Amino acid sequence: MSNFSRRGLLKTGVAAGVLGLTGLPLRAQARGGKLTAGMNGANTSDTFDGRTHSDLFMIACSMGAVFDCLTEVAADGTLKGELAESWEASPDAKTWTFNLRSGVTFHNGKPFGADDVIESLQMHVAEGAKSAAQPIIAAVTEMKKMSDLQVQLTLKDGNADFPYLLSDYHILMYPAGQIEEAIAKGIGTGLYSTVSFDPGVRFVGKRVDNHYKGDAAGYFDEIEYIAINDTTARMNALMTGQVDAINRIDFKTEALLKANPALTIQDIPGNTHYYFPMLTKVAPFDQVNIRKALKYGINRQEMVDKILQGHGTVANDTPIGPANQYYNAEMEQLTYDPDKAKFYLKEAGMDSLNIDLSASDAAFTGGVDAALLYQASAKSGNININVIQEPADGYWSNVWLVKPFCESYFSGRATEDWMFSTAYEAGVPWNDSQWDQPRFQELLKIARAELDTDKRRAQYYEMQQILRDEGGVIVPMFANTVQALNNKIATPAKVGGLWQMDNARMAERWWMA
Amino acid sequence: MQSVIRIILQRLALGLLTLFVVSIVIFVAVNSLPGDFAQALLGQGATPEAVAAIRTSLGLDQPMVTRYLGWLAGALHGDLGSSFAQANFTTFTGTTSGAKTVAQQIAPRFANTMFLAGVTAAIAVPIAVTLGLLAALYRNSVFDRAVNILTLSSISSPEFFVAYILILFLAVLNPILPSLSNIYEGMAFSDRLDKTLLPALTLTLVVTAHMMRMTRAAIINLLASPYIEMARLKGVSPLRVIVRHALPNALAPIINVVALNLAYLITGVVVVEVVFVYPGIGQLFVDSVKIRDIPVVQACCLIFASAYILLNLTADILSILSNPRLRHPK
Repeated sequence: MSNFSRRGLLKTGVAAGVLGLTGLPLRAQARGGKLTAGMNGANTSDTFDGRTHSDLFMIACSMGAVFDCLTEVAADGTLKGELAESWEASPDAKTWTFNLRSGVTFHNGKPFGADDVIESLQMHVAEGAKSAAQPIIAAVTEMKKMSDLQVQLTLKDGNADFPYLLSDYHILMYPAGQIEEAIAKGIGTGLYSTVSFDPGVRFVGKRVDNHYKGDAAGYFDEIEYIAINDTTARMNALMTGQVDAINRIDFKTEALLKANPALTIQDIPGNTHYYFPMLTKVAPFDQVNIRKALKYGINRQEMVDKILQGHGTVANDTPIGPANQYYNAEMEQLTYDPDKAKFYLKEAGMDSLNIDLSASDAAFTGGVDAALLYQASAKSGNININVIQEPADGYWSNVWLVKPFCESYFSGRATEDWMFSTAYEAGVPWNDSQWDQPRFQELLKIARAELDTDKRRAQYYEMQQILRDEGGVIVPMFANTVQALNNKIATPAKVGGLWQMDNARMAERWWMA
Repeated sequence: MQSVIRIILQRLALGLLTLFVVSIVIFVAVNSLPGDFAQALLGQGATPEAVAAIRTSLGLDQPMVTRYLGWLAGALHGDLGSSFAQANFTTFTGTTSGAKTVAQQIAPRFANTMFLAGVTAAIAVPIAVTLGLLAALYRNSVFDRAVNILTLSSISSPEFFVAYILILFLAVLNPILPSLSNIYEGMAFSDRLDKTLLPALTLTLVVTAHMMRMTRAAIINLLASPYIEMARLKGVSPLRVIVRHALPNALAPIINVVALNLAYLITGVVVVEVVFVYPGIGQLFVDSVKIRDIPVVQACCLIFASAYILLNLTADILSILSNPRLRHPK
C-alpha cells in the first residue's frame, strides 16, 4: 500500500490529466497493477451466494470478478454473451437454445458445461430458497441438456428479453455438485479468483492465468475491494490515495474532489428514478384529469437542480430512461405549467385540490425536500399538497403501496419488459400505482413475445406515451450514478450506468493509466 | 486477604445481576424501536407476506417475553445463538453451510477492538500519568496551564472532530499515516500497528485529559498533608517528594480513573471505528442496531457491560491492595 510515493502519484496524475486534456491518447490498455476500491453496501452476513445479493459490494465481488453469468450487458446497454457464446429462439420466443463457450474452467479446474448451467439455474427455484431471481427461473418449464455445451430452456410464455434476464447479477454460474463449496470459498469462472474474503470488511482477488476472456478484459493483476459504508470515510480514503476508486460520492463535498487534479468524477446517466406513485383506484387519483393536473404542477428541472444537485436528468413520467434500448426520445417533455394544472382541475370539475403526500428520506435521499418543492410549485396550480413526513423505519411496509400518494424509487432495469413487469403489470405485488389500463396491459403482453425490433419499438413507444399522458406515477427525475477515481486508473470512454462502478464490472473493464 | 476474596466474589455476583438487568433493558429498548429486523432487511421489498414469512421463520411473531426467555435460556448455557441475518440467510438458501454463530461473528471483531484499546492504553496511560505528575510538580506554571488547556480542549471536542483534524494533518497535508484502518487477519504486526495508530492517537487525545487531571488533583491534594511537609523540611527534592511520597498514596484514585477510561476505550470507540473504517465491535454494533439484529446487539451490550464491571472490579481490588489501611481493616 505504502510502496508508491504520493508525490509520484500526483505527478503522474497531473500528467495524465494534461494528456487527457490535450487529446493525446492515454496509455493503452495493458495488463498489470492493482485496483483498490472502496465501496458501500457491505454486510457481515455477505456470502458468495448470488441469490442473496442486493447491494454493490457483493455484486462487484461476484458478478464483477469471481463469477460469470450466461449473458452480460455491455457498457452501451447491448447484450453480449458471457458464458453463453450464442443463442437462438423459436419464433414464439418460448424455446431458447444456448450454445456455451468451450474450454472454460472453474478456478478449481473443473470444466464448465451444460450440467453447471442447469444446476445453477435450479438453485433459484429450489424448495425453501427465496431467490430474488425466482420469478425469472420459475418461468422456465423445462431445462434440457442437448449436449455438454448446449442447453435448451422452454418458457411458460414467450419472452423476447429472456437472454437479457439471464444477465441478472443473481443468476451466477456455479460448478455442479460443488455449489456449497463454491459459495463458501468463492469458486467461479470469473477473471479473478478469490485470495481472501472477509465478509463486510474486504475482498482480494487475483487475475486468473489463461482466462477464456483472453487479454481483452481483466487488466489488473490484483484487485482489492474494501468495505467503506461511511460516505465521509470513503471520500477520505480516495483523497488520501488509499483507494483508487469509490462509489457514491457525497455531493456536499464534491467541490473538494473537483479541486484535486488527480481525481476524476464520473457522472453517468442511468435508469435509477425517484418518483411519486398514486393509487389509481383511490379517489381522487382515479380521475385522469386529476393525475394530469398533478403532472403539470411539478417543476422537474428544479427537482434535478436541487434534489440531485444537477446529477441527473428530467424524466417524463415513465420509468424508461435514456439508458434503455427503446427509450422514446421523441415524446414531448412534460413541463411545469400551473395554468394547465388549473385547466385540468376545471375539467375534473374542481377549482382547487387538497391532497396528502406521504414523504420520507427513506424513499430516496432528499425525499422530504422533494415533497416540499412539489408543494410549493403545485400551489400556483391551485393544488394544495399537505406534506406528511413519515418515519423512515417501516416506510416500505407501512407507507409505500398503502398510502394513496407517496414517494418511491427504483434502480431501473436493463429492459423495458423487466421494468414494466416489475411495477406496471396488473396484479404484480410492486404495482404501486394500481396500474391496469387495458391497452397498456395488452401491449405489455404482445411486446414481451415480439422478436421483431421495429414492431417492439413501436409498442414500447406507445406504452411510454400512455404512461406519460395518463399514468399513475409522476417521475420527475432520473438520478445519475456518481463515482470518483484517481488518475492511476483509466476507464473506457463509455462506462455502464446500469449499476454503479461500470455495471459493477470495473475489475474487468478498467486498467492502470 | 480473605476479605479481598470475599469482595471479589460479592462483586462478581452483583456483576451477574447487573448483566441480567442490562440484557432486559437492551431487549426492551431494541424492541421498542420502530420497525423490526424483517422490515429493515427487506426495505422496499417489505410486502406484508414477506415480512410475515421472515418473522415466522425467526420466531419474531412470538410474544416478547417468550423470545427473551428463549434467548436467556440459550445464553445461560453459553449459547448466544445466531444473528437474525445469519439465521435468515440459512432459511433463505436452505443450507446451514458457512453459517456463523454470534460468538464466531463477534470474536474477531472483539479482538480488533481490544488491539486498538491496547495500543491506545499503551500510549495514553504513561503520557497522562507523566503529564499529571509534571503538572502537579510545576503547579500553576506556564507548563501546567498549557497542558491543561491542550488536554481539556481535546476532551471537549467531539471524537469525530478530533479524528478529522488528525486525518487532515497526518494523512492529507502530511501523508505520514493512513486514514483508512482496514486491518485484517494475517496482516503483519507492523502494518497493523501503522494502520491502528491514527485511531489510537484520536482516542489518546480523548481520554488523556481525564486521567491527567485526576493524577494532578490527587497529587496536589496530598501535597498539603503534614507528612509531605515533613519530607520537604528534611530536604527531599520536589520530584522525589512526589514520586516517592505522594504518588503511592494517590494511586487509588488514579487506578480508578485509568480503569474507567480503559472501559471507555472498549465501549466508546463506536464513532472512531466508523470514521477510520476500523473493523471492531463498535461497527458491528452500529450495523446490528440499524437492522434490529437483537442477538448481536445483546451480545455486544453484554460485552460492553462486562468490560465495565470487570475493569471497575479490578480498579477497586487494586486500590485496596495499594492501600495498607484497606488491606488490613480493623
